[in-house]
Amino acid sequence: MYQYNDDDQTLVNERVAQFRRQTGQFLKGEITDDQFRALRLRNGLYIQTHAPMLRIAVPYGLLNSRQLRKIAHIARTYDKNYCHLTTRQNIQFNWPKLEQVPDILAELASVQMHAIQTSGNCIRNTTSDHLAGVCVDEIEDPRPYCEIIRQWSTLHPEFDFLPRKFKIAVSGALHDRAATQFHDIGLHLVKNDAGDIGFRVLVGGGLGRTPVIGQVIKPYLEKKYLLSYLEAILRIYNLFGRRDNMYKARIKILVKESGLENFAALVEQEWLLTKDTQVVSDGRIAALKMQFNAPAYEADAAQDNSFAQRQQENPAFALWVKHNTVAHKVSGYRAVFLSLKAPDAPPGDMTDAQLDTVADLADQYSFGEVRSTHRQNLIFADVKQAGLFPLWQQLDAIKLATPNIGTATDIICCPGLDFCSLANASTIGISKEINEALDNMDYLHDIGDVKINMSGCMNGCAHQSVGHIGVLGVDKKGVEWYQLTLGGSSENEAAIGERLGPAVAKNEVTRAITAILEVYVKQRLDDESFLDMVKRVGIDPFKEQVYANH
Amino acid sequence: MQIIKDKQIIDDSWRYISDDAELKAGNITVPLARWQQDKQQLLESDGPLGVRISATDSVADIAIDLKNLQLIELDFPSFADGRLFSQAWLLRRRYGYQGEIRAVGHYMPDQVFYLSRVGVNAFKPDEAERLTVELSHLNDFTVNYQESVN
Repeated sequence: MYQYNDDDQTLVNERVAQFRRQTGQFLKGEITDDQFRALRLRNGLYIQTHAPMLRIAVPYGLLNSRQLRKIAHIARTYDKNYCHLTTRQNIQFNWPKLEQVPDILAELASVQMHAIQTSGNCIRNTTSDHLAGVCVDEIEDPRPYCEIIRQWSTLHPEFDFLPRKFKIAVSGALHDRAATQFHDIGLHLVKNDAGDIGFRVLVGGGLGRTPVIGQVIKPYLEKKYLLSYLEAILRIYNLFGRRDNMYKARIKILVKESGLENFAALVEQEWLLTKDTQVVSDGRIAALKMQFNAPAYEADAAQDNSFAQRQQENPAFALWVKHNTVAHKVSGYRAVFLSLKAPDAPPGDMTDAQLDTVADLADQYSFGEVRSTHRQNLIFADVKQAGLFPLWQQLDAIKLATPNIGTATDIICCPGLDFCSLANASTIGISKEINEALDNMDYLHDIGDVKINMSGCMNGCAHQSVGHIGVLGVDKKGVEWYQLTLGGSSENEAAIGERLGPAVAKNEVTRAITAILEVYVKQRLDDESFLDMVKRVGIDPFKEQVYANH
Repeated sequence: MQIIKDKQIIDDSWRYISDDAELKAGNITVPLARWQQDKQQLLESDGPLGVRISATDSVADIAIDLKNLQLIELDFPSFADGRLFSQAWLLRRRYGYQGEIRAVGHYMPDQVFYLSRVGVNAFKPDEAERLTVELSHLNDFTVNYQESVN
């Protein structure tokens, strides 16, 4: 994992001092509301329904146990003993006090963390594959490049006041787990015909109000040009992106209105003038790769027999292994998902006690590191198979072992009306209802891979438009209604969900979802997945069932 | 009226002549449209010249004139409009402009550090109290991660 050098530490310390000064000036009335808004957003601070909300950056989802303990400490000291994981792999606190935020940021800086650019119209936290470095289908580990982008984008003087927010994701594997096709810029490590590895660059993807699938702007970019090319895209966007209407200000609209070809030509023209500046040297890449070296795996981890035996003896353990762990590139190891979707807990929330225990377990079982996923769960990336059984028992004791990863109860859910000032409708209560309706694990596992994403407003923080089943809360004359979509996906076969029909009432959402799943169970072919069946039959059979009695 | 230039508070010797005001001799800046319209007349007058550009202008339009201009003013319509950050970068890096680049209008004091990095070397705040504030904000950071002008 990347460790700060003196310059990194100085930068975050100076940022804390700057925000402390800005907050003081605001509280004394020396900075206007408007100005302070722009400044606090760039430090992750929103003013929400009940209290400020502070979003802290987890660069490409990597955390160590020391950082987790600090998060637990902050949750205890400055918040109501819990935090929330976001779809950008970040962490949010829902109850900090404005005047204490500089202290919280100072606490974070002491463990090499910050909240820089987690909000505002600037370049946001770069996200990546949560299985980077350990998955079996990797072309190259994307994390060194994520770190290069993190540094480049942090306090970028030219691009801090963009037309709108800007999100970059990097994937290094064959299977896209980072939703790169739905980012302002998506980067894919690819091998060219000569066998060299570079980037396929996508531009103009995005979710929110107008979901768009990103388009390839450069099929192959040499690594050394990574930053000059990003800079060229950002400069064109900064100069020409729309600023007259915030709903049309994302780069996807500029790309659409200019046409990809014209936009690409502008970028190319800009890039050709600057491509030899800020070249990413082989030496720099090599030095950063050292920071993401594989941990000291035990050569004989695969020799262990207890793992197979425990699975035979204990069906509950076997079930958890099947659903909540995945293959690792090193024999004898597996990557373990910690489900933050227990039936009785709000999706993505963690208590301070859970955070502390997870930190201890990370030290004990996974080289002291944890990852956050964009589906709001955690991962121990490097657990040897002999450790899985005792780890499972200890995770179960803190309710982080619900064997539902990738199933219909592993719901991505925004905080909704309960916490968010932008929301039109509540989400957490419905998620709980769905969880209760699908409490039969056998049925849940029989349904298999179904991704339900639920947002409480058009901003779409929970990425409902790419959910296999998407749920979008809307407000109609003061009443909460929910639009359903089917067939979305943020993975390789990127697709935007199709609207099922008229919005349903709040008390009908769970029934509608169970009806959709019943249609699937009845009409699927052999081991056809939910998404495949939707593609095959379209939405009509589901529509008939959901609206049958209306 | 005073301004900040090259990290010093100094007296401002420049006068801004709007589109319809009468041209005067001496250190004057004019809007880009006026420059384009009265360029010959301006070049024949005595004294240094400057052009004030807005966020919607393109610095490419004055690229060939830069050798005749001692000052480019970047007029911020709002602090949220970041186009002028790229315009400043283009002036310095693309067109090699060596003269004064000055931020005027609705930029905010907390932006002067970034502005200085993209090549702005002078600041004209609306209120005199802001001079010392902005001067100190120029030193908010001692480290940075990326290439820019400074």
